Amino acid sequence: MTDSAKTLHTEHMVINMGPSHPVTHGTVKFTVTLDGETVHDLKVDIGYLHRGFEKMCENGTWEQVMPYTDRLNYVSPLINNVGYALAVEKLFGVETPARCQYIRVIACEMARICDHFTNIAAGAMEVGAMTVFLYFVEARDLLWDLMEELCGARVTANYVRIGGLKNDLPEGFGAKTAKAFETCRELWTDVDKLLTKNRIFIDRMRDVGTMPAEEAMAYGFTGPCLRASGVPYDVRKAHPYLVYDQLDFEIPVGETGDNFDRYLVRMEEIQQSMRIVEQALAQLPAGPINLDVPGLRWQSKDDTYNRIEALIFHFKTITEGIQPPAGEIYAAVEGANGELGFYLVSDGSGKPVKCRVRPPSFPMTAAMPRMMRGRLIADIVPTFDMINMIGGECDR
Amino acid sequence: MIADLTETIVKILFIFSINVGFYAPILGWVERKQSALMQDRVGANRASIFNFRIIGLFHPIADAVKVLTKEDFIPDGADKFFHTLAPFLSLTPAIVTFAVIPFGGSYELWGHPVQLVIADLDVGMLFIFAFASISTYGVVLGGWSSNNNWSLLGGLRASAQMLSYEVAMGLTLIGVFMVYGSLRLTEIGAIQENFFRWGIFMQPLGFVLFLTCAIAENKRAPFDQPEAESELVAGYFTEYSSMKFVMFWMGEFLEIVTISGIVTTLFFGAWHLPFVSDRMLLSLFAGAGPNGAAVLAMLVNVAVFFGKVSFFIWLMMTIRWTLPRFRYDQVMRLGWKMLLPLALLNIFITGIVLLV
Repeated sequence: MTDSAKTLHTEHMVINMGPSHPVTHGTVKFTVTLDGETVHDLKVDIGYLHRGFEKMCENGTWEQVMPYTDRLNYVSPLINNVGYALAVEKLFGVETPARCQYIRVIACEMARICDHFTNIAAGAMEVGAMTVFLYFVEARDLLWDLMEELCGARVTANYVRIGGLKNDLPEGFGAKTAKAFETCRELWTDVDKLLTKNRIFIDRMRDVGTMPAEEAMAYGFTGPCLRASGVPYDVRKAHPYLVYDQLDFEIPVGETGDNFDRYLVRMEEIQQSMRIVEQALAQLPAGPINLDVPGLRWQSKDDTYNRIEALIFHFKTITEGIQPPAGEIYAAVEGANGELGFYLVSDGSGKPVKCRVRPPSFPMTAAMPRMMRGRLIADIVPTFDMINMIGGECDR
Repeated sequence: MIADLTETIVKILFIFSINVGFYAPILGWVERKQSALMQDRVGANRASIFNFRIIGLFHPIADAVKVLTKEDFIPDGADKFFHTLAPFLSLTPAIVTFAVIPFGGSYELWGHPVQLVIADLDVGMLFIFAFASISTYGVVLGGWSSNNNWSLLGGLRASAQMLSYEVAMGLTLIGVFMVYGSLRLTEIGAIQENFFRWGIFMQPLGFVLFLTCAIAENKRAPFDQPEAESELVAGYFTEYSSMKFVMFWMGEFLEIVTISGIVTTLFFGAWHLPFVSDRMLLSLFAGAGPNGAAVLAMLVNVAVFFGKVSFFIWLMMTIRWTLPRFRYDQVMRLGWKMLLPLALLNIFITGIVLLV
C-alpha cells in the first residue's frame, strides 16, 4: 500500500471558498489548495466589502464621519463611534463631561457584549450547534432593545457626537438593563453548560488555530485573540481612556492561543463587561452630557432658536464643519476584536485630510494562512469565526 | 393463497403509508417544531388554508407543492444518468428495509394466522445491512456526478464514514445475535415478550454502540460531515434541487424511522409492553370474542411499536439539535479506535457470559 501511495499520481485540488460561502461571512475569499482534506495552502482575498470609507471621510465634515463609523464593525458600532469621537476630541484637546464619559463606557461595553455574543453564537452554529446560536442571538436581541431605547437604532447607532452624545440615557434605563442582564446571564449559563465542557466542541476548538504569544504579537494581534495567547494587553488597562481606570474589572487571559482559549476569553469578557456596565450605572454622576464649547458641540435647540450667538455658531458649524487645529493624532480604543485605532490628520479646515482606521481584524485575517496550513478543511470554520473578521472594518 | 396475497398487500400498503405518507412529511414538521421548542422559538406556523393554521401542520403540504413546482436543475458537466440515479439509490433502501422489521406479533384472525411483518426473512438483519450499503452508493454517486468540488468532498466523506460505521455496527449486532440465537427479527421480537430479556438489558453496551453507529450511518448531527453546511455548503446534495433534493431528504428521514424501528426491535422490546405478555393482552380483551381480542391486541401492539419508534425519532432529533458536529478525522477515529474495539469487547464479554 505504501509503495502504491508513493507512486500513485495525485494532484492538489484548488477550491474557492467564498466570497459567497457559508463560512466566509463578511465576504472574503479563500483560495484553498487541498491535499485530500488537508489544507496545503490557503490564500486570503479581502476587499469584497471595500466601500472607500477613508475616502468618503475626506469629503465630509468631521461630524459627518460619525455615521460611516457605524459601518466599520457593524456588530459593535457604538465602540467605533466612541473611538472616532475620542480621536477628534484628542485633536481638539478637550475632554467631555463625566456623565458623558460614563454613558460612553456603558454604550461601549454593551456593544462589546453584543459583539462577543454574536461571535460565539456564529462560531457554535458553524460547528453545528444551532441551538446555541439562537440562545445568544436572543440575549443579543435583549441588548439591542436597550440600544434602541438609547439611540433609536438597533444596528447603525450613530449615537455619539464629537464633544458629547446625541441624548441622555432614557428613563428607567438602569432598571431595564438589570432585567436584561438577568436573562443574559441565564442564557450565558445555558451556553456555558452546552459548550464549555462539551467534548465534541472542545475537540473541534482545542489546539486548532493556535498562535504562540510571540507570533501573535509579530502579526499584530490585539484583543481577545492576543489575550488568548497569554498576553494581557487591553487598551482599557494599558492606556486607560474614558473612566475605565475608575472601574473594577479584570482582563481574562488564555494560555495556548487556540480557538478554545479565544472562546473562553470572550465568554469571560462578557461577564466582565456586564460588571463594568453595572458599576458605571451605579456610579453615574449627574451633570451635562455635552461639552459647552459652541464651536465644537452644537448648542441646544432652545439656544439656537432664541440666542443670536448660538444661531451663528450653529450656522457656522453646519456649513463649515467644526475646525480642529492642524495636526495629526492617533487614538485607540479597545474594540470588541482588539485595538481599534483612528489616525486623523487635520489641516485646520472643516474636513479631515486623512481618516485612517486601524482595523483589529486585519492582522488576524492575514494570519489565516499561517494558522491553517497543514490543518483540515473543517478547521477553517471555527478558526475563521474566532478571529472574527468583520468585512466592514477589515475592508472599509 | 388469495388471503396471503391480500395480507401482504395490506401490510405493504400499511407500512408504505405510515412511512412515506405519514412519517416522511410529518418529520419535517416535527424537526422544525422540535428545534423551535428547544431554541425558544415558535417554529413553522405560517402555512394556512382558509386562515386555519393548526400549529403549522400544513407546512408539509406547502413544502410538497413547492418542491414539485421547482426547476429540476442539472449542472453543466454533470453526469446526467448518475445524477438522476443517485437520489433513487438513496431513497429506495430506506423504504425497502422496513419490509423485514416486524411491527407487531403473530395473531390468529378468523382462523388465518397473521404475522405483522411484510417479509419474515431468516436473514432479516443481513438484508437490512445489504440494503443500507446500497444507500452509500446513492450518496457517493450524488457527490461524484454533480461535477462540484464540494459535492465530491461530501461524497468521499460519506463513503468513508458509512463504510467505517457499518463495520462497527455489524460487530455490535453480533452480540445481539449471540444472545438471541437468531437473525430473524420476528423471533428476536418474540423473545422480548419477557421484560428482562429486552435487548437493552441483555446488551447494554451493544445498545449504546448501536445507537451511536446508527446515527453516524444516518449522517445526522453530530455525524453530518458529508453535508456539513458550514464547510461543504451542503455536501453531496449541493447541486440537487426540486424533487431529487427531497428524495435525499426523505431518504434521511425514512432512515431515521428504519433505524428507530431496528433499535426498537432489537433492544427495546419490539411490540411488547413491559410486563405484559401476549397471553395477558389477549385475556384482557377476552370480552370481545377470540377474533375481537386478537384484533385489539394487534392494535395495541402496533401502537406500542410505533410509539417506541417515535420515541427514538424524538431522541435522535434532540441529539441533532443539541450537539455540535465532529470533525471528519474525529469521526473516523471514534469509529475505528473507539467503537470498533468496544464492539469487539462486547462480543467477547457476551461470549464469556453465555459460556459461563
